[in-house]
Amino acid sequence: MTLTERLRRLDVTTVIMWIIGGLLLFFIVLGSIQSILKGTYTPAQWFDFFVFGISQGSIYALIALGYTMVYGILKMINFAHGEVFMMGALTTYFLADEMNRRGVFDDKGALGPTLLSTLFGLIVLFAVAIFISMTVAVLLERVAYRPLRGAPRLVPLITAIGASFFLQYTARGLYGSNNRSYPNVDLLKGTVTFGQFSIQVVQIVVAVTAIAMMIGLYLFVQRTKTGKAILAVAEDKQAAALMGIDVDRTIVITFALGGAMAGVAAILYAIMFRQAHFFMGFIPGIKAFTAAVLGGIGNIPGAMLGGLFLGIFESLGPTLFLDGLGINSPNQLKDVIAFTMLVLILIFRPTGIIGERLSEKKA
Amino acid sequence: MALLEIENLHTYYGNIHALKGISLEVEKGEVVCLIGSNGAGKSTTLKTVSGLIRPRQGTIRFEGEEVIFLPAHEIARGGVVHVPEGRRCFAQLSVEENLELGAYSRNDKAAIREDLAHVYELFPRLKERRKQYSGTLSGGEQQMLAMGRGLMARPRVLLLDEPSMGLAPVLVDQIFEVIKTLHDEGTTILLVEQNAHMALQVADRGYVIQTGEIVLSDDAKALQHNEMIQRVYLGLA
Ligand SMILES: Nc1ncnc2c1ncn2[C@@H]1O[C@H](COP(=O)(O)OP(=O)(O)OP(=O)(O)O)[C@@H](O)[C@H]1O
Ligand SMILES: [Mg+2]
Repeated sequence: MTLTERLRRLDVTTVIMWIIGGLLLFFIVLGSIQSILKGTYTPAQWFDFFVFGISQGSIYALIALGYTMVYGILKMINFAHGEVFMMGALTTYFLADEMNRRGVFDDKGALGPTLLSTLFGLIVLFAVAIFISMTVAVLLERVAYRPLRGAPRLVPLITAIGASFFLQYTARGLYGSNNRSYPNVDLLKGTVTFGQFSIQVVQIVVAVTAIAMMIGLYLFVQRTKTGKAILAVAEDKQAAALMGIDVDRTIVITFALGGAMAGVAAILYAIMFRQAHFFMGFIPGIKAFTAAVLGGIGNIPGAMLGGLFLGIFESLGPTLFLDGLGINSPNQLKDVIAFTMLVLILIFRPTGIIGERLSEKKA
Repeated sequence: MALLEIENLHTYYGNIHALKGISLEVEKGEVVCLIGSNGAGKSTTLKTVSGLIRPRQGTIRFEGEEVIFLPAHEIARGGVVHVPEGRRCFAQLSVEENLELGAYSRNDKAAIREDLAHVYELFPRLKERRKQYSGTLSGGEQQMLAMGRGLMARPRVLLLDEPSMGLAPVLVDQIFEVIKTLHDEGTTILLVEQNAHMALQVADRGYVIQTGEIVLSDDAKALQHNEMIQRVYLGLA
């Protein structure tokens, strides 16, 4: 096929899309080069952006797992998942506040050495948030989604949006619309310095916890009987039932696991950003959904990579791409960058970074 | 009392009346075949027995107990194991993981390991491919996997839906060899086949189904010599 023939075959929209893509890429590269050459930011500052991106991204990744697992098993987007995260964070706030007043998170506490009481306090917070988020996720499945199983796909999607509002305003009714500020944990305040670079302790804790949880979940799904049942149900519900697998129970377990990850994410978010309010699930929810799509929705490692990638991209991106082009306070454009990326993926690579792991060859 | 007793089964897909009063029995240790042409209701019969579809009327007794209201996974746990049409292997899992899922409802680790070895003995090909994703197996290998996966449940009755469909003659022979071996080992089998010739050779008894009704039932030998069967299903003049 000659070049001209090939050109004739392209339709106009594809050409326009590629031109837009090319232009964006050109400006990204140009902006990045200029930003670096300009030298407004020191290497230490770039490093800060990067590390912040990793910890923020690992929170996205944890939430994204809930989207991706539910999508994998039910082929539906659980848009209320951001609220599962919010419920965990906001409900646990009251416990955290009470514990803080009793000095669990500082050295004035009654519980002896600070390290021990802080550790104890954090573990309790994680446990409670996991429990709450899990419960909300499981109830959501039972009440809102299970009765609609087998309905056209648009129906549960709309229900999910409704459930999302329902949970937001339930939280508002229960806890009020104040912005609650989570206690400052003494032990997480410091920074670790090596040479000109430094990392906040809290960022290390967030990233390490999140990554450990993700590895744990991955191993659970790949190695245990229950995990394999989840994969089987995701692929073929009838065939799974013929193996003696209780499909409904497996779906509940999937929601519970997604909820548990959201609960962990809730506390990590709370110790990193130290705030909680009834609307806090919306943006992280959509970002996590973006991360899941980025990695290839339905794919567990994809959600993890997608989350980290989005976090880093969003944290470095505005300064790196836009500062050099002379755009002021580029950080305010970070959401624009994230969602531009969502649109670009949907256009150019709808299967996400990893895409289908395996063609579903059915003989 | 037969191991599996099906009486007057009526199954519908919406308004389509697919089974119009099917009755059949399978004794312990028997191989019974159900033959019929496309769309006769063979798969529907098996799906109704294994609980994938609910009948509107009729009874299914397994070991004397009514199972018609149980969900599919509980019927499977009771030992009624259905190897469905079209294999339905889990493409994203390896051959060995598929086999392990076959034993999902069992907890006797040692016996599961024995059965795994037995399945690999019946299908040496699967052993060679144990780490491979089942989605990348050939059609024949997938059929072996589907049967092996069914055996891993230690079925008290095995429902096989067209195990020879789409296979080359050598493989068809191999699959029927395995069915014979299982028969000799005492496995109870309800076999659905379009390949009446092969099915009647391995079966003890047979039923003939036409548009949702059983039109004939007899010993396999007698069916092989039945004039109507020879004409319609065996392609003999
Ligand atoms: N999911 C379904 N929805 C509607 N009708 C169906 C469905 N499945 C089967 N049928 C109809 O029920 C009848 C019996 O189908 P069944 O699959 O049991 O046939 P079969 O004997 O297994 O045929 P084959 O040899 O082609 O597999 C057919 O008329 C078919 O069109
Ligand atoms: Mg069929």
